[in-house]
Amino acid sequence: MSYWFRNDNRLPQARLAVASYIIVGMIGVLLLGFWKLQVIDSDKYATLAERNRVREIPIIAPRGRMLDRDGRVLVDNRPSFSVLLLRDDMVQVEKHLAAISDGLGIPLDDLKDQISTTKALPKFQPIIIKQEASPADIAYIESHRSDIPVLEMISVSRRRYLPDGFLSHAAGYVGEVSEQQIEASNGKLRMGDFAGKFGLERQYNDILMGTDGKRRVVVNSIGKEVSPLPAQAAIPGKQIQLSIDFDLQQVAEQSLGARPGAVVALDPRNGEVLAMASHPALDPNDFAVRVSADEWKKLNEDEEKPLLNRAIQAQLAPGSVFKIVMATAMYESKAVPESFTTFCPGYGTFYGRQFKCWVFWSHKPAHGTVDIHRAVNQSCDIFFYNLGMRLGIDRISYYASKFGLGRKTGIDLPSEEPGLMPSEEWVQRAFHRRWYPGETVSVAIGQGAVTTTPLQLARLIGGIASGGVFMQPHMLKDAPDIKEDRFPLSDSTVEKITDDMYGVINEGGTGAALKLQDIEFSGKSGTAQVIGYNTRDRVGKQKKFVDNAWFVGYAPRRNPEIVVSVLVQESGKHGGEAAGPVVRDIIKAYYDKKNKKTQGQYTAESKSPEPPRTLPAAITTPRVGRADASTTTSAQATAERER
Amino acid sequence: MKDAPGTRDYDWWLLAILATICALGVLEIYSATHGSSLAGMHIKQVRWLAIGFILMFALSRLDYHQILDQAYILYIVGLVALVAVLLVGHTRFGAKRWINVPGLGELLQVSELVKLIIIIVLARFFAEVRSDELDLRDLIKAALLVGVPLVLILKQPDLGTALVLMPMVAVGAFLAGLKWQHAAVFSLAGVLLVGAVFYPPVSKKILKPYQRERITSFLHPEEDAKGSGYQLLQSKIAVGSGGFWGKGFGNGTQNQLGYIPVRYSDFIMSAWAEEQGFKGVLLALGLYMALLLRLVQNAQRAKDRAGMFLVMGVAAALGFHVLVNVAMVIGAMPVTGIPLPLMSYGGSATLFVFLAIGLVMNVRLRRFVN
Repeated sequence: MSYWFRNDNRLPQARLAVASYIIVGMIGVLLLGFWKLQVIDSDKYATLAERNRVREIPIIAPRGRMLDRDGRVLVDNRPSFSVLLLRDDMVQVEKHLAAISDGLGIPLDDLKDQISTTKALPKFQPIIIKQEASPADIAYIESHRSDIPVLEMISVSRRRYLPDGFLSHAAGYVGEVSEQQIEASNGKLRMGDFAGKFGLERQYNDILMGTDGKRRVVVNSIGKEVSPLPAQAAIPGKQIQLSIDFDLQQVAEQSLGARPGAVVALDPRNGEVLAMASHPALDPNDFAVRVSADEWKKLNEDEEKPLLNRAIQAQLAPGSVFKIVMATAMYESKAVPESFTTFCPGYGTFYGRQFKCWVFWSHKPAHGTVDIHRAVNQSCDIFFYNLGMRLGIDRISYYASKFGLGRKTGIDLPSEEPGLMPSEEWVQRAFHRRWYPGETVSVAIGQGAVTTTPLQLARLIGGIASGGVFMQPHMLKDAPDIKEDRFPLSDSTVEKITDDMYGVINEGGTGAALKLQDIEFSGKSGTAQVIGYNTRDRVGKQKKFVDNAWFVGYAPRRNPEIVVSVLVQESGKHGGEAAGPVVRDIIKAYYDKKNKKTQGQYTAESKSPEPPRTLPAAITTPRVGRADASTTTSAQATAERER
Repeated sequence: MKDAPGTRDYDWWLLAILATICALGVLEIYSATHGSSLAGMHIKQVRWLAIGFILMFALSRLDYHQILDQAYILYIVGLVALVAVLLVGHTRFGAKRWINVPGLGELLQVSELVKLIIIIVLARFFAEVRSDELDLRDLIKAALLVGVPLVLILKQPDLGTALVLMPMVAVGAFLAGLKWQHAAVFSLAGVLLVGAVFYPPVSKKILKPYQRERITSFLHPEEDAKGSGYQLLQSKIAVGSGGFWGKGFGNGTQNQLGYIPVRYSDFIMSAWAEEQGFKGVLLALGLYMALLLRLVQNAQRAKDRAGMFLVMGVAAALGFHVLVNVAMVIGAMPVTGIPLPLMSYGGSATLFVFLAIGLVMNVRLRRFVN
């Protein structure tokens, strides 16, 4: 052994001491690092660890059903499966993307698009990559559970509506929520959720929608499920009961048929909507899943406006139905004596311009001398031109507004239109000019700038016949806080105006053909010009400019139980002929049902307290067709004002 | 010279600390692997520990002067082994670090053995410097002595082990009387090197792609959701979610569900911290501190400078391991692949630590012997 180490015991004790201080310092610094993570930021990391470990898969809450007044199902759900992509492990996702695209038949680019558009969402939130998974898709996912751990399936309930657009405008439809809806929902809605977009689905979305639950599972670091955790059950949406009567609705849909138009049936005693139809209609089942932007654009630009709920959104001249407003104003204001009569030769000159009565074109004899009762029955325009002049626009406008024209009825449906009741004040405001007296003449027969919706007319006629009590129309059967507008009419006014409307049908008036046995069916027809007669003479008889037919009928004569307002657009026929039969069919159906019930013969499913579980397989409504090219023209825009 | 002393002279405190740390390691290895395909790993670790204890006692019987005598032969053996690894070594995890030792039945990680040899060689070298101050020539010699194996280890590549050689030479030089101005120059060089590693235009030339990736993911863990940035993040989540009291033995979700990378080895401290909390960390780091201080104390009481350098070489290596590994676990350093001595699972690494401690015992046993 060599002796290189001899006599060498000089140890650098000071430097060794430094080494021990360094050791203590080093451990101290490391402990500080642990203190920061484990004590100061512990909660943050605990959350992250929990999020790592727990995967949440939504349990979609089924939407509540819609039932009719007797508990029959109008809108139901059907089961369906959606494919979820679990995004918490993007490396796995990327790895399997091609296989997923292949296996589920989703174009790879679509898949990538969906992933990139949802980038901002938290990673632990899965996205739906395919709706309406087919049995083949389900088999694919089940058989690849172990090698493609990023796919999951959830059962969702899709809306099932009655076929052929039955009640479609009122019921509305659901769709994937928009970004605006998500923002407005205060965190209640998330991307990919379905919510009501239109109609009652939208109006009562909060009731119908329910709260999604979550299935929670522990997953390991490679995304495999290890064990389940207590799930949070979905809270199903609540069902709503509508005031709609399935039977009357069916009659309404059938009777209106393929013609564009609308039907509203109300119970004027409480404002309940018994039926509401609007044609042409779409089958909302077609877009229960997803509508492409293109399809949507096409629907919106469709000239027939199938998306328009004409019952509450068509703003059209009421035509002669407005004469009820005139007559009531006359009785009530007493500004013109009841003994007032005019002579109708078929035309008349007012303010230097010739106006014609409808009989002028009808190949019938002129009305001759008419009083108010006959004027309503025969719908004599000359009488009402004169009456209008005598009442003046202020008085007409006052009463019409009191009866709810130019104002939304407040029905529980979104996007209701208010219509328009012109007045001196209105022309001042809108056009900065004064009112021309000639305009009063047009307004007096429900032309000119006056526009109304079918719903407004139902409420108006029902309210007048009920003595001036106007109930807020509503679709929900036991809706709370129903507004009641009272404009009490004197008993004599009510008696006379209801007698007048009774006469329209029962005393050889314009609705004589509609008479129903044993029922005090009353009402008023209207035939509104889309464009003025004079203009029509110029452009010729194009279908586009054919008159709109109205009929608003009710029963019984006083204190009515049902009022029905029907619009048939561009029928080319008189209101009594085109729209009247629809009203009559519904009123008749109402009484048939009522009589059966009181006689104890009505034993349909409505009697059972339990509503049927599913919808009847098929409903015998005719396919709602579409008329040839024609426009729902806003009367306000195109109706030519006659001066 | 008398024969080797009796058992009374062993550092029983050191052994107790050692045994306790090993016990914590075995427990945590069990907890981290018992439910997985790696179950039974703790038994294997116990086996390594047993072999380690035997080797440690065996090595302590041999006079360290005799070992130091053969330092340069060992050095040559070490270099040959490193070259052999590069030529015929086994590749695991993308690096050629293992060599098949006939009869052992396991692959041996050569660089672990080389660490031990470098400790011996440096002790010999610095002991032979017979002045109180280390001049530049000796310093450069020491650097060259370490530089050659360091380059060979980097070739494997094994950045972690290569890095461990640095503190060994640094601590040796410091104790051999490094001048402050030299220290300043070398520190500056060190800072520049670290700067270069973190500066992409330069690091592109000197680092392997996987090493660069580790650096970038350390600097920007959020950009690398699944690479080593992910590993660091998951480790931090594990540590942080453990809180002060820990989630309890076998209850760490990050650990049990496999979110912690190599939870039984390099990241075992992460698993320990998750399940035992800050109190457990306090215990473990306290034990490591006691171990290191005990080593320094042994150095202070060594009979000669050679013995001191030997003990402090071991302390430098172990201290650096602890620092780099634990700092990585809390996300304060990039992933380097340096295990935590005595707790991490691993054959070669465990054997290295026990052999190193064997050297320390050796020095202690002979402190009163002349």
